[in-house]
Amino acid sequence: MAYTIRVNGAARTVDAEGDTPLLWVLRDLLDLKGTKFGCGLALCGCCTIHLDGAPIRACVTPLAAVGSREITTIEAIGDTPTGKKVQDAWLALDVMQCGYCQAGQIMSATALLNQKPHPSDRDIDDAMSGNICRCATYTRIRSAIKQAAGLPTEDTREV
Amino acid sequence: MSASVPANAAALSRRGFLQASALAGGGLLLDLSISTSAAAAGQAGAAASGTINAYIRIASDETVTIVCKNPEIGQGIKTAFPQIVAEELDVEWSQVRTEMAVVDPVKYGPQFAGGSFSIPMNYDTLRRAGAAGRQMLMTAAAKTWGVPVTECETTPGVVHHKASGRSLKYGALASKAAAVPPPDLKSVALKDPKDFRIIGKPYGGVDSALIVTGKPIFGIDTSVPGMLYAVFEKCPVHGGKLVSANIDEVKGLPGVRQVLVVNAPDAGAGPYVGMQMGLLDGVAVVADTWWQASKAAGKLKIEWDKGPHANHSSAGYAKQAALLAKQDPVKIVHSDGDPKKAFSEAAHKIEASYFYPFVAHSPLEPQNCTADFKDGKCEIWAPTQNPGAGVALVAKTLGIPPQAVTIHVTRCGGGFGRRLASDFIVQSAVISKMAGAPVKLVWDRRQDLQHDMYRPAGFHNFSAGLDAQGKLVAFRDHLITFGIGDQFNDAATFSNTEFPARFVPNIELAMSSMPFAQPTGPMRAPGSNALAFAFQSFFDEVAFVTGQDPLDFQLAILGEPRSLPTPPGRFGPMPPYDTGRMRGVIEAVREKSGWTKSGLSALARRGQGKTPSGERVGMGFACYYCHLGYFAEVVKASVDELGAIRVRKVWVVADVGSPIVNPSGALNQVQGGVLDGIGQALGLAITIENGQATATNFHEFPLLRLYQAPQVEVHFLPTSFPPTGLGEPALPPVLPALANAVFAATGTRVRHLPLQATELKSA
Repeated sequence: MAYTIRVNGAARTVDAEGDTPLLWVLRDLLDLKGTKFGCGLALCGCCTIHLDGAPIRACVTPLAAVGSREITTIEAIGDTPTGKKVQDAWLALDVMQCGYCQAGQIMSATALLNQKPHPSDRDIDDAMSGNICRCATYTRIRSAIKQAAGLPTEDTREV
Repeated sequence: MSASVPANAAALSRRGFLQASALAGGGLLLDLSISTSAAAAGQAGAAASGTINAYIRIASDETVTIVCKNPEIGQGIKTAFPQIVAEELDVEWSQVRTEMAVVDPVKYGPQFAGGSFSIPMNYDTLRRAGAAGRQMLMTAAAKTWGVPVTECETTPGVVHHKASGRSLKYGALASKAAAVPPPDLKSVALKDPKDFRIIGKPYGGVDSALIVTGKPIFGIDTSVPGMLYAVFEKCPVHGGKLVSANIDEVKGLPGVRQVLVVNAPDAGAGPYVGMQMGLLDGVAVVADTWWQASKAAGKLKIEWDKGPHANHSSAGYAKQAALLAKQDPVKIVHSDGDPKKAFSEAAHKIEASYFYPFVAHSPLEPQNCTADFKDGKCEIWAPTQNPGAGVALVAKTLGIPPQAVTIHVTRCGGGFGRRLASDFIVQSAVISKMAGAPVKLVWDRRQDLQHDMYRPAGFHNFSAGLDAQGKLVAFRDHLITFGIGDQFNDAATFSNTEFPARFVPNIELAMSSMPFAQPTGPMRAPGSNALAFAFQSFFDEVAFVTGQDPLDFQLAILGEPRSLPTPPGRFGPMPPYDTGRMRGVIEAVREKSGWTKSGLSALARRGQGKTPSGERVGMGFACYYCHLGYFAEVVKASVDELGAIRVRKVWVVADVGSPIVNPSGALNQVQGGVLDGIGQALGLAITIENGQATATNFHEFPLLRLYQAPQVEVHFLPTSFPPTGLGEPALPPVLPALANAVFAATGTRVRHLPLQATELKSA
């Protein structure tokens, strides 16, 4: 059946069953392939998008549950001030290895900074530990979040 | 001196390409590819497009396109390779665009991402490719001006004739340069490394801007006109045969176009087929969207003949291994002196058994491939580490010539060795042919975890004999791993140079095998990722029991700085092992980590209880040589009352020669490799029950998460040896360094992976 959802500021109508996860609506019906498939069970965070600004896992969010809420994906997060800062920090610190998880990381980091502009290490742990990076670029992810927040990038955790 | 590389790299087996790679690892110049392609550059069409050689195109707008011959899997090669070419070509990095090469073994020789071989195999070749391009541009300028080429020189992107004050930009010279006969690559002038401007600079990844904005550059993002989506369900016990399935029922589900039974009479020689594995029996559901295909596949009811391995289990393997340990080994890998006599005369004899489990690669991008079979030809888009092998397998399976198979190599969402195999590629090709349409096959996470070529498990049975002064005089290890008789599984390796072979007068390294239900294969730092844990934990144990500092103990075994020729092994000639380089990293990590003054080593702690601060905290050390890199690492870890381990910091000292082509990428590889190893040590194991892996997703295969990741301090020793690769060698020593830190903290020696909390609880 047809659903009209709001994606990156525009209304989009798709014809799909209501139980179709938003991930596959975005990737295969709307050709927004920046949101990635990793696990299908909200365990890895690859598919993190924003629903009314809150980070959610698109792989377990059914199309029928979205309603009129605003979806933001990696393709449009750079249009927001925080998203742009996060992307710039990711580039400045050369965070990426394979890069597959990084869209999800950036979406989680942006949501964190929107909520807590000056996060502590503990805040970063809490907000980012749902996003797996198989290449384990965690050192630079932590630093890049601090850089985007205008904080010193050193790891100040107790050794 | 030059090594010949078989022209048809596509036909190379893994063993074959590793032979070729290992040859190159010895620092030999692989000059076939560049000379062939450079010669071809003068042909029609090359001039018009500004094609200087197989690696370089220069456009009239001064854009320089540099081709990367090897797949990008996150190791940063698509940035590092062009840096090398750009340096010698003498252009600005801002002019450079990079492009992934097509698969063309004639032009490029072997094209694969594995063994940390990309840099050692190609560093010299790519410098010469760049230098040849610069020479051709200078020749073109000299002709234009009617002056001797020896009077020409370059600044980035520009050729100058100082005497007359004339200059021309590369873009203006490109078409003329493309027609210049290529110079002799062996004698082409190279820069003095002290003049490097691009090699040695920390440039960000060339695709990074595309990644942070979500551009479709990974294999799974491929889209071709008319494409359908496929899910392929295989028998959970490897090699099982399909008996029946509810095909008609699934055919009627929404979006489903076809349900196809794939019969694979020739899947390979058995579970030990590893990286060479071909097509397997299964059912393919082809639908309009992947979600529809996946949902419909979930309704499949398949009856399998699970074959002879259906009763296999990890518990059963452990029982068999215990029995085999009491028997004579089936293969002696290395022996020296008279171990039996030496053990009988030794002042101390220490014995211990170590175990490590199967581990799945689990790159975050699930296995996937898009294939379009049409008119006897197959066009493929694949995230692969080893496209040549994919071409060969598809050609063989479909019965078409290799020339009819084209593979476009996409960016890979991680590799870790999994994408050296081509099983997902051949599945996609066969399904496309059967469906009569282009098809994108995407595995789900369960399929990815259950149909991996696992890092083989192993059971080590060590004995060490020491004289009254604590010197290691006798050593034995009997490794029980997987195979049939004396034919061992892919990646179940044990080299005759495994340390301390060649350093102990009386030694025997031996192996025995048992059959494994599932295939195995190389995972990041194959062999080493497992052997380092067992050997370096045991050395720590022996040092502690005999009251020796573990660094001093290994330095004593290494002896004075010297170069030991590595005998040509299974993979051909290898560069020598340099004890001085290993001594260098050990001494440096002692200083950088504050090892001596920390008071947290096992010897200082006597492995007993809490520190004065009330914590169970300790430091552990390990060192390891693999993939031509020398690494020494110290881990500081604490263990809480419930036995949960917290890794607090890791110090790494590395000697991978010089220059470090891209220091930013290099640091990222080392930190990532170390954290990968910590993740394995803390939680990763594949367990087999009823012939199949029990893990279905990340809750049952808990990869490391951000909150668990400690600081990793890295130091590179800038020795004058040729540069070597970094994808792998940082990983192996961190596992034993962590296990040794846990011992220092708790006094409990954990002799298996993963390190489990239950046995580390305090009272």
